[in-house]
Amino acid sequence: MGVGQKLGDLGVVTVRLEDAVNWARTNAMWPMLFGLACCAIEMMSTQASNYDMSRFGMELNRPSPRQSDLMIVAGRVARKMAPVLRQLYDQMPDPKWVLSMGDCASCSGVFNNYALVQGVDEIVPVDVYVAGCPPRPEQLIHGIITLHERVKQERFDYWYEKERA
Amino acid sequence: MTTVPEQYEWEESLQSLKNLVSERALTGETMVLNMGPQHPSTHGVLRLAIELDGETVVNCIPDIGYLHTGIEKNMESKKYEGALVMTDRMDYLNNMGNNLAYCLAIEKLAELDVPIRGQYLRVIGAELTRINSHLVWLGTHAMDIGAMSLFLYCFRERERILDMFEMISGQRMMTSYIRPGGVWRDITPDFLPTLRGFLNDFPRRIDEYETLLTNNPLWRDRTQGIGYVSLDDALAMGCTGPTLRGSGIAWDIRKAMPYSAYDQFDFDVPVGQNGDVYDRYMVRVEELRQSVRILNQAVEKLPDGPFRSNNRKYVPPPRSELGRSMEAVIHHFKLWTEGFRPPKGEV
Amino acid sequence: MPELDAVVEALKSAFPDAIEDVLVFRGDTTVTVSRERLLDICRFCRDTEGLEYNFLSDVAGVDYYPAEPRFGLAYNLYSMPRNASLRLKVMLPGDDPTVDSVTPVYPAANWQEREYLDLLGITFNGHPDPRRILLPDDWEGHPLRKDYPLGYETVQFSFNYDEITKHKPLAQK
Repeated sequence: MGVGQKLGDLGVVTVRLEDAVNWARTNAMWPMLFGLACCAIEMMSTQASNYDMSRFGMELNRPSPRQSDLMIVAGRVARKMAPVLRQLYDQMPDPKWVLSMGDCASCSGVFNNYALVQGVDEIVPVDVYVAGCPPRPEQLIHGIITLHERVKQERFDYWYEKERA
Repeated sequence: MTTVPEQYEWEESLQSLKNLVSERALTGETMVLNMGPQHPSTHGVLRLAIELDGETVVNCIPDIGYLHTGIEKNMESKKYEGALVMTDRMDYLNNMGNNLAYCLAIEKLAELDVPIRGQYLRVIGAELTRINSHLVWLGTHAMDIGAMSLFLYCFRERERILDMFEMISGQRMMTSYIRPGGVWRDITPDFLPTLRGFLNDFPRRIDEYETLLTNNPLWRDRTQGIGYVSLDDALAMGCTGPTLRGSGIAWDIRKAMPYSAYDQFDFDVPVGQNGDVYDRYMVRVEELRQSVRILNQAVEKLPDGPFRSNNRKYVPPPRSELGRSMEAVIHHFKLWTEGFRPPKGEV
Repeated sequence: MPELDAVVEALKSAFPDAIEDVLVFRGDTTVTVSRERLLDICRFCRDTEGLEYNFLSDVAGVDYYPAEPRFGLAYNLYSMPRNASLRLKVMLPGDDPTVDSVTPVYPAANWQEREYLDLLGITFNGHPDPRRILLPDDWEGHPLRKDYPLGYETVQFSFNYDEITKHKPLAQK
């Protein structure tokens, strides 16, 4: 390896466009702050010093939906909150993903009653479900890596189908 | 999409707030701004309609219920033991405190005794939870004002507490450790050394936080004289805890009505004077130190003996008894199928 | 508890016809009062020398369905100078659950009463801001009433898989 390469002169690298795009998408996937309840505290732990989500290019938690790619629904979604959640999801630019964190967001967990949406998948499409009440930070990171692997396998024809639908 | 013009919609929503905002808002002199329910500094989901005169907030109409979970309704249809897990999730930063309040109510109703070791373990749990909760408050509050680094420091210490919770209960946050009649299990042998190590380090960490904030002019500018609550207001609005003490009254329920062996500990009640955000911050930071003091005494004086009541009408028998005693099996079966039935009454 | 007895005596002498019941249980005193005089009694409790219940810690609402009177509201008062607490209770009939708001005396009751307006459907006369607090404004019914269903949803197993999936059109992405 010569000095030129170390300085960044790598010459020409050929790679499929899909791989390059997916690589870019997974390595800077900005999550939207959507902390609702107990899981939000664990999500904060995941971002704090011990677990450090910036290892995955996710240290920037965007409060605005317009700047974010991934919505981590952390916590229970009340019926009063459901329209807000859907509106925020609609405001996110494509491509966008949803991670349902914890039992409450996935199926409302121990709170099987009138006040909560019984699973956030009733209002927005969910890509990855993370179980646990609340999930440990490791579990959340596992869910995010699962999502990354899924995104890395996306193909052009899949994007076209999504566009048409 | 609706065909209502935007202006009309806005007028209508202003009219619905007519009794709540001042006359100046209706004429357009002040501005009514919506904040939340999805906002980076609303930890917990809250919507505020804020009336602004320039940069000064003159009026604020809170709208809550975005996290209404229907816990009361769910608890009605559960057994006493089963409803305990709901109390963890009410205030998810103060899980053991909620367990404790719920268990104290049951124990008062059923006249159930708690062994002294159980009471001490409860105090340890409750005070660790207080530190845990205050650390999250301090980190996020500082982050909202702009001191991001404190958030990382606070969560570093918090992880150590969560590790200890995991040691004694198996869960990081929803511990359900405090049960009617005592605590779930005795502490593990490595718990006390870990706690001692933490108590040894933690006072220095509090000093670190204080060097970052207490005399920091930016921090003082943004907290002193802000959010003033007078003593009369605090009493009339039913404030408790640090909010009340920050307004200058030394009232602490641990001193006024001691429960769970709190009368055997020696600690001070910090009080503020001005009733602003800065004083409440000082009260809470001082509470961290007092919690360390209580924990040191609890570790020092922790008595031996049973950790949970022996009243088999309310407390399930331990595993070791089940193989030997028929009676224990019956109690076990009854408690886990029917639950216990305390006498009728109101506490 | 001699001190609380004095409180009950004071209440009885001031409002002889409004005190319906006095119950002492596990050291807590519960005084059931008539709903017409609730506001006056609260004011008396707050302002009288020797009572000084200056702090409203909590308002609790109960539905005793199907018993009649159906609703109960418990006002937990606390006196900071004397370190004593008292529970005032008022019973309301099921067909007309109306009571005077105590917000003029205890401003802390504002949201507490709105909560029971929302969840139990009790009307508070003279409340400054009678709107729903927890549920959306267009919600039907009052969830904490005993005749309101829990809203339970069955758990998804293989035998009812398709049925539950119908509610979640977005789940199968």
